[in-house]
Amino acid sequence: MKFIDEFRDPRLARSLVERIRQRARKPMRLMEFCGGHTHAILRFGIRQALPPTVEMLSGPGCPVCVTAAADLDRAIAMAGVPGVILATFGDMIRVPGSRESLQQAKARGADIRIVYSPLDAVRLAEQNPSRPVIFLGVGFETTAPGVAASVLDAHARGVGNYYVLCLHKLTPPATRAILDSGEVNLSGVLGPGHVTTVIGTKAWEFLPREYGVPIAIAGFEPLDILRGISLLVERIAEGEARVDNAYSRSVLPEGNRAAQDMMARVFEVADAEWRGLGTIPASGLCIRPEFQAHDAARAFPVDVPPSREPPGCRCGDVLRGVLAPPSCPLFGRACTPEHPVGPCMVSAEGACAAYYQFGDAGHEG
Amino acid sequence: MKDEAILLAHGSGGRLTHELIRDLFLSELSNPFLDALGDAAVLPPQSGRLALTTDSYVVRPVFFPGGDIGKLAVCGTVNDLSMVGARPLFLTIGFILEEGLPFADLRRIVRSAAQTAREAGVQIVAGDTKVVDRGSADQVFINTAGVGLIPEGVSLSPSAIRPGDVVLVSGTVGDHGIAVMAQREGLGLSTSLASDCAPLNGLAQAVVACGGVRVMRDPTRGGLATTLVELAQAGGVGLEIDESAVPVKDAVRGACELLGLDPLYVANEGKLVAVVAAEAADAALAAMQAHPLGRDARIIGRATDGHPGRVVLKTLLGVSRVVEMLTGEQLPRIC
Repeated sequence: MKFIDEFRDPRLARSLVERIRQRARKPMRLMEFCGGHTHAILRFGIRQALPPTVEMLSGPGCPVCVTAAADLDRAIAMAGVPGVILATFGDMIRVPGSRESLQQAKARGADIRIVYSPLDAVRLAEQNPSRPVIFLGVGFETTAPGVAASVLDAHARGVGNYYVLCLHKLTPPATRAILDSGEVNLSGVLGPGHVTTVIGTKAWEFLPREYGVPIAIAGFEPLDILRGISLLVERIAEGEARVDNAYSRSVLPEGNRAAQDMMARVFEVADAEWRGLGTIPASGLCIRPEFQAHDAARAFPVDVPPSREPPGCRCGDVLRGVLAPPSCPLFGRACTPEHPVGPCMVSAEGACAAYYQFGDAGHEG
Repeated sequence: MKDEAILLAHGSGGRLTHELIRDLFLSELSNPFLDALGDAAVLPPQSGRLALTTDSYVVRPVFFPGGDIGKLAVCGTVNDLSMVGARPLFLTIGFILEEGLPFADLRRIVRSAAQTAREAGVQIVAGDTKVVDRGSADQVFINTAGVGLIPEGVSLSPSAIRPGDVVLVSGTVGDHGIAVMAQREGLGLSTSLASDCAPLNGLAQAVVACGGVRVMRDPTRGGLATTLVELAQAGGVGLEIDESAVPVKDAVRGACELLGLDPLYVANEGKLVAVVAAEAADAALAAMQAHPLGRDARIIGRATDGHPGRVVLKTLLGVSRVVEMLTGEQLPRIC
C-alpha cells in the first residue's frame, strides 16, 4: 500500500536497528515528545529492538494527558449548563477530572457529542440554532489550526452559537520547561512530526543552540522513528547538536505558513497550566478579543471547586519523563484502562495506556 | 399498508398490528411454522445436541454499505450457532420500533432479513413487534434467537487447543467496523469499503468437515485481538500471532491509520477464526480458500506452551509484544 507498507519494510527496519546498535556504544537517553511516537514505539516493538544503551523516555506529548484537571472540571461544568451541547474529540471523554469524567457527565444527562473535526461542531451549531455548542479545543499546534479555521468559519457565516473552550498548548515551551527543570538528563529529543509540519524545524533550533541537545524530527511509521533515532545516535556519537529532519516528506524548515497565519489570526499566546508540569509561561493559546463572541471561557463563566489530583497518581512524573509507567505503584493494579486513575492510562496516546496495551512479552518470540 | 410511518398503534395488538404482521412480516418471511401464527412455533423433533443462542442488534446507521440491521441480525445469530459447530435451523426475531420509523425502511430491513435467512438455509419461525415512543429507541432494535443441531462427533472448545495447533482467519479483518464508521455522519471518508456481514454456516461446516478443528469463533465486537485473547485465556494456552500474516485491506488500514485505530480491534461480521490441529491446517486452509467467503484466508499463528493465557504478536521487527483485550471503545484520537 502506498505510504504505509513502504515505511514498514522489515528488512530496512532491521538494517536501521543494526546501525543503531553499532553506533550506540555509550548509554544515551532520548525523549520522544509525542504520544503518537510512544504509541508507535510500543506497538511495533521498537523499544525491545533497541540496544540496551538507548533508553527511550516518554514526554508530555499527549494532549489529553496534559490537560489540567481544573480545565477539565470547567469543561464538565459547562456541559452542565442547561441547553449546552459540548462537542469533543473522542479520547477526552474518559479522562477523569477531579470529580468525574465527561463520560460520567454524559451518563448523568449532559449532552456531550463526539466529533471527528471542529468543523463538525460548527455544523452541529447550525443544526441546533437555539442551543450553544461548545467545542473543547484540546491539542497542540497540530490541532489548533483546524480549530482556528472553525472559529473563522463560524465568524464569517454568523454562526453565533458556536463557542470554543480554548485549551490549546504549544510544544517548544514544554520541552524547554523539561530541560530547565534538570530532572531528566536528555541526550537527544525525537521531535514531533505532525507538530513540526505546522511550526517548522526552525522552531526547534533553540534546542541545539541553547541546550546543546540534538533533535531529529520524525514521522510515525516504524522506519520514520528508527531513522530519527539513528540520526540522534549519530549526532550524539559525533558530539554534534543540530536539528535533523527525518520527516522531510511532510516537514519544511518554515512549516505550514497558512496554518500558522490562521492560528495567529484567531489565537494569542498565553500562559497555560499543564498537568504534571504546572503553569508554563507563554505555553498556551487563548482566543483573541476580536473573536471573543466565540470564546466559551467568556460566555460561560463557571465556578468550579478547586481541582484535585487522584491520590497516588503519578501521571505528572510520567509526563515529565521522570517515571516510567510500569514503575508507578498503581500501574496495572489500581490503574488499568478499564478503571483509569490518571489521564495517561486513558488516551490511546497516553504513555501508561501504551505500556499497558502493548506490554513487553520479553524476547522469547 | 397506506401509512408511511410506524405509529404507536402498530404495536397495540389491534387492527394495525395485524395488518403489519399480515402485509409485511408474513409476506416477507413466510414458512409453514410462522404462517400458523400460534403463540409459539411448533417444530419437528430433532435428534442430537441442540445449540441455542440469542443476540440483540442496535447498529447505527441502520443501513450501511454491505448490509443493514436486518441482515446483521440474521447473520449474527446464524454465525454464533455455526461457531460451536451447529447447523442453524430455526430463528426467532423480535423488533422494537421507534414511532415514526418510515414504513419503507422497515420493509427493506425485513426483506433483507428474509433474504439472508434464505441464503443461510434457516427459517424464521416466530416473531414479535413492539413500538415505543419517539426518542425511546433509535429507529429499530432487533433481537434474534436461534437453535441449531450439532452433528454427531463434533465438539469444539478452547480447552481442546494444544501447543503446536495452527490459528487461521478466514479473510481480511476490520471491514465491518470501518465500513460502518465511514458511513456515520461527519466522518467524510469516501471509501469503497463494504461490511463483510455474511452468514458463515457454509464456511464453518466446510472447515469442520476437514476434521481436526479445536475451536472456532467469529471475531465481532472487539475484533480479532479480543477473540484471540479470549481463546488463549479459555484454553489456558499461549497464542503466537505473526502481525504481517494478518490480512487487512488497504482501505481499512488507511482509515485506521487516519483515525488512530488498530485493525486488530475493529469489528468483523463475516469472518471466523479457527484453531486446528497442525496436521489438519493445510486442509482447513484449502477448504476456507475454496469457499467464496474464505478466499483471503490465511494461517496467522500457532498455539504454544509458553506464556499460557496470553497472546503474543510478532511485529515486523521480529520482536514480540503482548496483545491485550480491547478496553472500552476504540475512540479516534486527537492528533
